[in-house]
Amino acid sequence: MRFLLTDEQRDFARALDGMLGASGTPAVVRAWAAGEHKPGRALWARLAEAGVFGLAVPERHGGAGLLPVELALSFTELGRHAVPGPLVETVAAAAFLERLGSDSLAGEWLPRIAAGEAVLSLCAGAGPYALDADAADAVLVVRGDTVCRTDTHGPVQTTLDPARRVARPLGGTVVARGPAVTAAAAHAIEVARLATAAQSLGLGRALLAATVSYVKQRTQFRVPIGSFQAVKHRLADTLIALEFAQPLVHAAALAVAAGAPSAGREVAAAKVAAGEAGHGAARTALQLHGALGYTEELDLSLWIRKARPLRDAWGSPADCRARVLTG
Amino acid sequence: MDLEFTAADEEFRAEARAWLAGHVPATPLPSLETAEGFAAHREWEHWLAADRWSVVSWPEEYGGRGASLLQWLVFEEEYYAAGAPGRVSQNGIRLLAPTLFEHGTEEQRARVLGPMARGEVIWAQAWSEPESGSDLASLRSAAVRTDGGWLLSGQKTWSSRAAFADRAFGLFRSDPDATRPHQGLTYLMFPLDAPGVTVRPIGRLDGKPAFAELFLDEVFVPDAEVIGEPGQGWRIAMSTAGKERGLTLRSPGRFTAAAERLTALWREAPEGAGPALGDRVADAWIGARAYQLFTYAHASRIVAGDAGGLGAESSLNKVFWSELDIALHETALDLLGPYGMLADDADEAPAHGSWAEGYTFSLAGPIYAGTNEIQRDIIAERLLGLPKGRR
Repeated sequence: MRFLLTDEQRDFARALDGMLGASGTPAVVRAWAAGEHKPGRALWARLAEAGVFGLAVPERHGGAGLLPVELALSFTELGRHAVPGPLVETVAAAAFLERLGSDSLAGEWLPRIAAGEAVLSLCAGAGPYALDADAADAVLVVRGDTVCRTDTHGPVQTTLDPARRVARPLGGTVVARGPAVTAAAAHAIEVARLATAAQSLGLGRALLAATVSYVKQRTQFRVPIGSFQAVKHRLADTLIALEFAQPLVHAAALAVAAGAPSAGREVAAAKVAAGEAGHGAARTALQLHGALGYTEELDLSLWIRKARPLRDAWGSPADCRARVLTG
Repeated sequence: MDLEFTAADEEFRAEARAWLAGHVPATPLPSLETAEGFAAHREWEHWLAADRWSVVSWPEEYGGRGASLLQWLVFEEEYYAAGAPGRVSQNGIRLLAPTLFEHGTEEQRARVLGPMARGEVIWAQAWSEPESGSDLASLRSAAVRTDGGWLLSGQKTWSSRAAFADRAFGLFRSDPDATRPHQGLTYLMFPLDAPGVTVRPIGRLDGKPAFAELFLDEVFVPDAEVIGEPGQGWRIAMSTAGKERGLTLRSPGRFTAAAERLTALWREAPEGAGPALGDRVADAWIGARAYQLFTYAHASRIVAGDAGGLGAESSLNKVFWSELDIALHETALDLLGPYGMLADDADEAPAHGSWAEGYTFSLAGPIYAGTNEIQRDIIAERLLGLPKGRR
């Protein structure tokens, strides 16, 4: 197991961070929350150019191969900048289609996913809803050993994170059936959990950084509130949670890359730790920003409101803890 | 563990595993905080040393194997997975020895390290004083210059292992006129049976004399016992304190082994335990795994020549492992139900009392080696860049 990132991996993450930092993501998120997907799709196109979606698509379909470590690194950056949309679902759908063994389905979708032209939503495992069904080009719905494709859905439901809009997929045509579907879905859930964990980690890092800089400049009783021990200790605990979640996410990515039998457990462990760390960072950010943090005007609210749904997406903490105990 | 170890690392692991399988006592030794247990653990150190397993990371000339950092971690993993005894010589091996390797003289290394490695001389740490705990620089015990050496006077306290140990190391104020409290301190070694030394054991929470107070009345120690330059004690001791908080005190093997045992305990009766306890078992496992991976990542950086080293990052480690240790043991006691409250020396204590002993020991974690409150201040100020404030 290689614990150190290569220079290329480091540069890739840094470049993505720089690009997203200059993209004005808060406006994109607010538009997405209003059902206006255009700026989001434009951002997706740029992410595809940077190679993000190709990380989940094999070379023969125009991607770079499933590269879980790079995927985790990019999703950390996507989380750091709160990029909206069914990002996890699209790469999980790619992982699913790649494993399914259907050349026609793979040929139809994978090159378009790699190019950033196709946005997919995937509904597999827990819950009746598909994320961003109204923004997706298609929704794949896995039930047991059957997978359907549908373009229709019920009314859009808002969630605690206004940028996460869900709907029930309706109707659909069966596109594959059999044990390959079950196996591919299990793999896709693993990839989805990994990407979600990485997103939580990046989200938490951003929340911590913003809060640290806020408590340095906000004064009360004539001193910065960051000099109070109660404030410092809460931030120290937030950093500890994030620092110890990070190697779990990295190791989970390595386990998925190696196809290790332990991957399911490693991914579940990473998901619990990163989800809780991101959610904890949001609680800390809210508390230390005070009433200001409780307003939707503050851009940071876009990050704060994401933390809880991410913690619960693709396997709640309880589900993932149970998976850890299975061994 | 799916690290990519070299063939030499794997050979080392296999050799350690085989040796431990053949030598670890079938029944755990009595608590090392009792006279009987201390003697038994001292003997265990002797057996470890006889086959050069007591200080694997030391150079061969001092009884080690010149093991790399990763190999040391491997050894620790195997050691705890085998259920081997706690290390009574830990203070010396983990705290004093690194300081001697870095700041000691050739003569000191030759004289001190061999007997330490063989368990012939067990060392106690003597830093804290009644008025100097977290604010260690405020210490008042004095070292006064005399012919060929120093006269030590004052009082040390919370001195771990000192009830039964042979020698101690600590800081003394050698220049009372120094302008700042960190200056004018000297790092010295001294025997606990020297004239002028009185050792008063202190019972910890469970009554075992895990530490002691030391009263020093003009105790003579020769110049040869000064580590580094007189007056430079603070700097030298702090290079050791970083080690105490960091990698070298609490290797991940200890926690991963405990987490595996905890998971096994839960599997014996998951339905009786209930889902809430199951969640805590999972969290303890995740925490131990996180600590292991964090340590491996850190070690990889050190091996790759990133001397970022321990520094303030060791404070992250210290808070994390000390809280993890308590969570692991509290969860185990809860799983044991009515048997969880039995003391480690009770006949009917589960697992020969090892959970109870470990629980008591874990409770000290957030207090010693710099309280977790102090660690959180360090994290906030040095890693997050927050302004200093009144404590």
